[in-house]
Amino acid sequence: MTKFVSICIQTLTLGSLYALIALGYTLVYGILRFINFAHSDVVTFGAWIAFVVAGALGWAGTGSPVFAMPVILALAMGAAALLGFSIERLAYRPLRRAPRLNVLITAIGVSLLLQNAGQLDYLFGTQPQRMPRLLSEAPLFTIADVRVPTVDVVLVLLAAVLVVALQWLVFRTKLGRSMRAVSWNDQTAALMGIPVDRVVSITFMIGSAMAAAGGVLYGLKYRQLNQTADAVWVLLGLKAFVAAVVGGIGNVRGAVGGAFLLAGVEMFAAAYRTPQLRDVYVFGVLIAVLLFLPAGLFGKATVEKV
Amino acid sequence: MNLKGWRISRLALFGALVALAATAGCERKRNQTGGSSDKAGASADTSKPVLIGHFASMTGSEATFGQSTDNGIRLAVAERNAAIDAGTKKGRKIEVKTLDDAGKPQEAGTAVTRLITEDKVVAILGEVASGLSMAGGPVAQQYNVPMISPSSTNPAVTQIGDMIFRVCFLDEFQGYVMARFAVEELKAKRVAIVFDQGQPYSKGLADFFEKSLKEAGGEVATRQAYDTNNPDVSAQLASVKEAKPDAVFLPGYYTQAANIIAQARKLGITVPFLGGDGWDSDKLEEIGGDAVQGSFFSNHYSPEEDTPLVKNFVATYKAKHGVAPDALAALGYDAANLLFDAIDRAPSLGGKDLAAAIAATKAFPGVTGEITIDGNRDASKSAVIVEIDHGKRPAVKRYAPQ
Repeated sequence: MTKFVSICIQTLTLGSLYALIALGYTLVYGILRFINFAHSDVVTFGAWIAFVVAGALGWAGTGSPVFAMPVILALAMGAAALLGFSIERLAYRPLRRAPRLNVLITAIGVSLLLQNAGQLDYLFGTQPQRMPRLLSEAPLFTIADVRVPTVDVVLVLLAAVLVVALQWLVFRTKLGRSMRAVSWNDQTAALMGIPVDRVVSITFMIGSAMAAAGGVLYGLKYRQLNQTADAVWVLLGLKAFVAAVVGGIGNVRGAVGGAFLLAGVEMFAAAYRTPQLRDVYVFGVLIAVLLFLPAGLFGKATVEKV
Repeated sequence: MNLKGWRISRLALFGALVALAATAGCERKRNQTGGSSDKAGASADTSKPVLIGHFASMTGSEATFGQSTDNGIRLAVAERNAAIDAGTKKGRKIEVKTLDDAGKPQEAGTAVTRLITEDKVVAILGEVASGLSMAGGPVAQQYNVPMISPSSTNPAVTQIGDMIFRVCFLDEFQGYVMARFAVEELKAKRVAIVFDQGQPYSKGLADFFEKSLKEAGGEVATRQAYDTNNPDVSAQLASVKEAKPDAVFLPGYYTQAANIIAQARKLGITVPFLGGDGWDSDKLEEIGGDAVQGSFFSNHYSPEEDTPLVKNFVATYKAKHGVAPDALAALGYDAANLLFDAIDRAPSLGGKDLAAAIAATKAFPGVTGEITIDGNRDASKSAVIVEIDHGKRPAVKRYAPQ
């Protein structure tokens, strides 16, 4: 029982993390119909920026104030939004009318550029670092003999708030309506007076800010920051991408559902089957979904694509 | 982009060489390269320093392994060269060239190829991680250049061929001493094993520990694997907690080990953790903090030991590098000194002669104990169990070779 509850809680935290990152993939795909392979590097940069900011503000020690975490999170999200904006403006916008393959390969190029630039000495360097302890790791409460640390609770709550906010933005605001219009048909949207370039920029900024939030929370939970080209980041981004595909790429609710499904498969398979094969189960789900439900689990359910 | 392309072409070159060796008859190839390196050794100017190579993880998540070993090697080189300058020792001076492999197997193979083909080193020192020694070793073997691993403990390393040696004990022995310590000293009968499936070192040690534990009358509570690309081990730890072990054997490297112990303590696992020499880094305590206190690991030596050789080494190392030497620094120092001893005895610096001189080493006095190279090119020596005690590493038990 203890083990079951513990795995459920871990599924919830890991799923929240995947959801934050998966949303970026799905937003960009929904609007531009291409996979932004540099997205996982924005996650990495978000985490590293938080580390650098924490150091610069003198909050890397143990006695950091309570407001340190929100401030650092906001700064990292802001910086990542700027990064996302620059990537779109400099690398993708010039290729807006080019064949899809060109943009895809450019995205891989941007990803490699970020991975390797991040290792420069005056950026983040090649050494792995420890994320400062900004949130208490002491148990906040205990369910069925399972201790739930503050950091896990904050992670889940924050992810929930961000997902709900995004849902509201996409379906209840004028900006959201423009985003949906661009995703339906960008040329018609432009004829209707929607500033397509600005909407695309804002979409990238939102996706990147969510990615940075995911990166910061990842850092706070696992405390270990590997260098920017490390396979840990690639795998994290890849799993979030799989979550987006499983849920039906381009679909906001699908990305969240896919993220929790994937986290559940991963955690329960690792706990009750062989932990060695956890990634096999994850990618097995992907293959099964692509074979039998190519549009994703939630792909058909909602008509409105973002 | 240039750099990247160049690296890829190196990799391709290495791959092509391996393929060539496999298909086009290794014997001829071996004789050719062996002959040329023998000639280079013989015709070299004896007033010039002898160049040796070191490949190590100077960056990456096991960076302290490479840096400590390099510090140890450089201390040995500096001491020898100073002694020759002062006239208290005869022989040729030594120069060492270190290449970084960033803890990656493909880079390790490339580094060894570069050291041999470009820098023409007479011998190679490295690596710490068994997986990396097993990536670099075949290259050294192929070019007939002797390689001494200071601290790779997996048996397969020296089985690569007659050019590969080591100055540390084997995982089989390490697993055996830790199993005995767990059962006899800690009275831990049920032990959980959590190992890194991607590291031959970790998996080998887990297997040997399990075998010895059963022989000593203990039992395995549960066996869980993790891999370094998945920092989340909560599923495995939930299984460990459910199995209610008396102790947990965690034969990984220090970064992951510290993270896993910290996560385990958060989940309420309070039993002692046991590890191997892969734990030996100051970073273990830096990362793990209070969580790792009172844990034990098997090691090559304890810096707290009270012999003149160890005291002198610890003092000069501290003066030079500002920190106490860990076992990897000590093994790097011993590996370098053992190699110098062989260089002085060898009739020439050609691969075959030098390898024969290394193989003939008997009772060499190292800071990590007396080293005798046996018929399998392994070192026969004792191990200590040390406790992690707030920055100190007191030896709690010593085991003689089997």
